Amino acid sequence: MVQFTLPKNSKVTTGKTWPKPEGATNVRAFRIYRWNPDDGQNPRVDTYFVDMDDCGPMVLDALIYIKNKVDATLTFRRSCREGICGSCAMNIDGINTLACIYGMDEIKGDVKIYPLPHMPVVKDLIPDLTHFYAQHASIMPWLETKTNRPAKEWRQSIEDRKKLDGLYECVMCASCSTSCPSYWWNGDRYLGPAALLHAYRWIIDSRDEATGERLDNLEDPFKLYRCHTIMNCAKTCPKGLNPAKAIAQIKKMMVERTV
Amino acid sequence: MADVNRGNRPLSPHLQIYRPQLTSITSILTRITGAGLLVGALLVVWWLLAASTGEGYFEMADAVLTSFIGDVVMFLSLWALWYHTFAGVRHLIWDTGRGFDIPTATKLGWAVIIGSVLATLFTVVVI
Repeated sequence: MVQFTLPKNSKVTTGKTWPKPEGATNVRAFRIYRWNPDDGQNPRVDTYFVDMDDCGPMVLDALIYIKNKVDATLTFRRSCREGICGSCAMNIDGINTLACIYGMDEIKGDVKIYPLPHMPVVKDLIPDLTHFYAQHASIMPWLETKTNRPAKEWRQSIEDRKKLDGLYECVMCASCSTSCPSYWWNGDRYLGPAALLHAYRWIIDSRDEATGERLDNLEDPFKLYRCHTIMNCAKTCPKGLNPAKAIAQIKKMMVERTV
Repeated sequence: MADVNRGNRPLSPHLQIYRPQLTSITSILTRITGAGLLVGALLVVWWLLAASTGEGYFEMADAVLTSFIGDVVMFLSLWALWYHTFAGVRHLIWDTGRGFDIPTATKLGWAVIIGSVLATLFTVVVI
């Protein structure tokens, strides 16, 4: 359901301002969303100061600086630090992206960091992605075949392989789905851009033999058709992919198979 | 994870913090103009009904619709009509699977905004 305001327990309050690093001349302010599941308080926004002469160029570098040198309780996911694992997806300066590949020079003024929007928060910058992963699982993210296994591998022409470019690169960071207002209001039933991009990736795979079943599964007023081409997904994707286009192709296939 | 409290998890901020995008603004404007046009259409129907009811009633309805506030509502309805039409054309282009790359989508968005304003001004000048 559409609820424009935040529930009572989710209203954000002003938090603590942490001390500036001593002796630093090139300091930048970070306003970061905090929520501790153990203290019974509402979420708050804390202000931190980072010595830019002692910190790498990416937003993740600053988060690691804060965790190491200012406040060890700041909690966030990170792993590969090169945009391939999708762990550090968060809302930075008003858009969703990966902290590890988003340069701080791209941001004007204070750096504002929130968890991925409209998600249940586990702690600080960590959203609960259980439902998001379940939706991905529901689109059968694997090669579904009916004919007998070939002696070696399932072959594919170079042209058919090319159709998967711009789709297989998705790292499931959830930036797109959590940028989508339709997903905010109807995320319980609308699959969202990430799951639908993956659905299309298997639909157009020349080796897959369950195209009809896959389309049947998506023929639903909510699962697919809550996409109104708002395009926040394509604009925010840190990998430069275009879920909006993939969804449009699915809609097109739905029409083509009935006419 | 068994002892984790999942009951009181807050919802992370969404509309409050997400930066508006050209494509998202033009999208919600399509919805708003569509709903708003219902009001404009009802007013026009009321005006026609009044004309078929009687002279006195029509004069009253006509006075309301041609008052300053009536003019503003009708002017906005005119813009909404053009905007919704152009946005509909944009959706038709998208329905063919074209125009999804970000530069084209941005151009289409601006085309809808500028086109609707120009068409509105043109209509006002002509009528």
